[in-house]
Amino acid sequence: MAVAKVDNALRLSAVDRKATALGLAIGQPLANARAMLPALTVVAANEPDDLKLLTRIADWCDRFTPHVALDGPRGLLLDVTGAAHLFGGEQALLNRIRESLKAQGFAVRGAMAGTAIAARAFARYRDGTVIAPGEEAEMIAPLPVAALNLDHITTHAFRRAGLKTVGQVASRKRAEMTARFGAGMVAILDEALGHGTRPLSPRLPIPDYWKEQGFAEPIATEEVIRATLKSLAAALADVLEKRGEGARRLEAVFFRADGAVRRIAIEMGVPTREPAVIERLFREKLDTLADPLDPGFGFDLIRLSASRVERAHCEVVDFDASINEKADIGFLVDRLATRFGSQRILAFQPNDTHIPEAAWLALPAQYVQPTKLMWKKLRSVGDAPRRPLRLFTRPEPVTLLATASGAQHLRWRKVQHAVAQCEGPERIAMEWWRHETPPPARDYFRLEDGEGRRYWLYRAGMPPQWFLHGVFA
Amino acid sequence: MRAEKIAALRASLARPGLAEASIRVPIGHAAADLCLKGGLEPGVLHEVFAGLGHEAAATGFTAGLAARVSLGKRLLWIRQDFSALEFGELSATGFLEFGLNPARLLLLCVGDAAGALRAANDALSCAALGAVVIEIAGRPKILDLMASRRLTLACAQKNVTAFLLRFNAEPEASTAVTRWLVRAAPSPPQAENWGHPVFEAGLVRNRHGRTGEWVMEWNCDDGLFKEADRGAVVSAPSDRPAAAARQAASL
Repeated sequence: MAVAKVDNALRLSAVDRKATALGLAIGQPLANARAMLPALTVVAANEPDDLKLLTRIADWCDRFTPHVALDGPRGLLLDVTGAAHLFGGEQALLNRIRESLKAQGFAVRGAMAGTAIAARAFARYRDGTVIAPGEEAEMIAPLPVAALNLDHITTHAFRRAGLKTVGQVASRKRAEMTARFGAGMVAILDEALGHGTRPLSPRLPIPDYWKEQGFAEPIATEEVIRATLKSLAAALADVLEKRGEGARRLEAVFFRADGAVRRIAIEMGVPTREPAVIERLFREKLDTLADPLDPGFGFDLIRLSASRVERAHCEVVDFDASINEKADIGFLVDRLATRFGSQRILAFQPNDTHIPEAAWLALPAQYVQPTKLMWKKLRSVGDAPRRPLRLFTRPEPVTLLATASGAQHLRWRKVQHAVAQCEGPERIAMEWWRHETPPPARDYFRLEDGEGRRYWLYRAGMPPQWFLHGVFA
Repeated sequence: MRAEKIAALRASLARPGLAEASIRVPIGHAAADLCLKGGLEPGVLHEVFAGLGHEAAATGFTAGLAARVSLGKRLLWIRQDFSALEFGELSATGFLEFGLNPARLLLLCVGDAAGALRAANDALSCAALGAVVIEIAGRPKILDLMASRRLTLACAQKNVTAFLLRFNAEPEASTAVTRWLVRAAPSPPQAENWGHPVFEAGLVRNRHGRTGEWVMEWNCDDGLFKEADRGAVVSAPSDRPAAAARQAASL
């Protein structure tokens, strides 16, 4: 039996079957329970772990429907609309879920009804039933008010008013109840009676399309996994092609026979539906996973879902080389992004500022959009470059020394360089319209040392300090 | 299998007519082009070693070669994370000023040399790329003769040129067709307009001809290397007031 602190008092948060038989219930203060049964075994509740376990069960339930929502501390709501026939009907599906979970060692109660609230009530009081459409009101009437799972003040108020069952509550006039308990309670009651339904909020985003393949005998070898992904991709491509769409993000979900679920996603720069490309990208991804896919006793279900799709133009074989080139580059970028992460493969775009380190953006090449800004050269024809080829992200402090003979030395990274040429300053003021107190303006100088190395350094602040910002070619 | 491939590749390289007929891309510097039998060979591996402390110069030189050989196609530049901290991040405005359109550049950041080589081998199979620059600092064990062979083979498949840009490293055995040793060279003294990218480029290995050493200047406007203007081609007239004054001062 577990115990947790609720409303500043220790209350029971979970009880086992034996304790229930002895008359203990969830929500009872621990002191009361101890008074009834001094020999109680009590452990502290571990809510984060409970939630984690519930999430894992929800992951496992994903195999029945993608629409799984967490409900309170110990419930799951599955929207099986349109999914039940795949498992041999509603009763068969419900039995299968309950039996499988029981086999995994959980105590399960489950029911199926037209609305979430009704299903929850029946799960508590009529375990294992499937309520036919339209029969909710009739079936729920004899259940106690607590089945509505209202807050305990409302439940208590009903009980004091003599309304012991849901049916009795439902027989009262709606206007009276709205005035007394608010519209929210009436909405819940209506839903419990099977009128109107509120949408569940699914735990994971619902994919636009998916295809899956179940296996009677769990599979574990890489070749089979790859072949499965490829055939799923081909099946998915058919659907996408009919709709004239392509996937930007695909997710492969591997359901392991022992209940563990692994999700692996790939992203594409352009809408894609080519099975060979998809299979290739997944292979790259599976090869480079830091935490490799562990088949354990094998996967009994593999699902491929397109979680982001976009309109894709009809692919016409093009004789224009530049378009094929673009597609080739796109595929290369996707492959490198899959392998190294999309933040690692970058393309450059100009940025509308004169601050040297911000004058361009290095954006993930997969997502880069064409811009109207143009690259503008700072130098005029015939001039030497005005900006260095390599720029230090953090300007490095340097010192400029003047020797007795008047020659100047630059000291950078503990090495002195004799200054042969120097040009400046080029003053770059910081953007006062962006900052309340802009950083001090910088005076940039170009320097060349005796060996020909060309530096870009600036002086800023009061007293002035020198920083090396970049190195020219 | 691999040995066969290498043999086939060697044979194709050794075939007399083909080697002469293969298109060369002139880099612009007359003497160097002569040594290279008309220019840089595309679809092979080239190495550029930076002199100690001359990493930016080697970057510029490689950018110049890659810009020449890629003929307007896109360029992939692979660099290690460490490289950006130690030698400076590649700057788009810097490339623009250098005369290479940054829109043509793709930058891939990798953690280590193994990742860089792997990515390079992938990228070289993309015919739409003009060149791949692999920037590697130090002397990682993984970069051996075998790795350079692999790069050469990958280059040959789709005729994409690879440049191995090495910092803080000594030349080792490799299958590269050319190997350059690059340092920055001083701008001509007393030049009004100084600071052009001038390199002291040593061609220390050349599979097809002689080696040599030149001082080259990259022309940022034309996108070509040229003979560096040493300032001494036309000697300064000694009777003009400025020079006369200097002479008087030195006496």
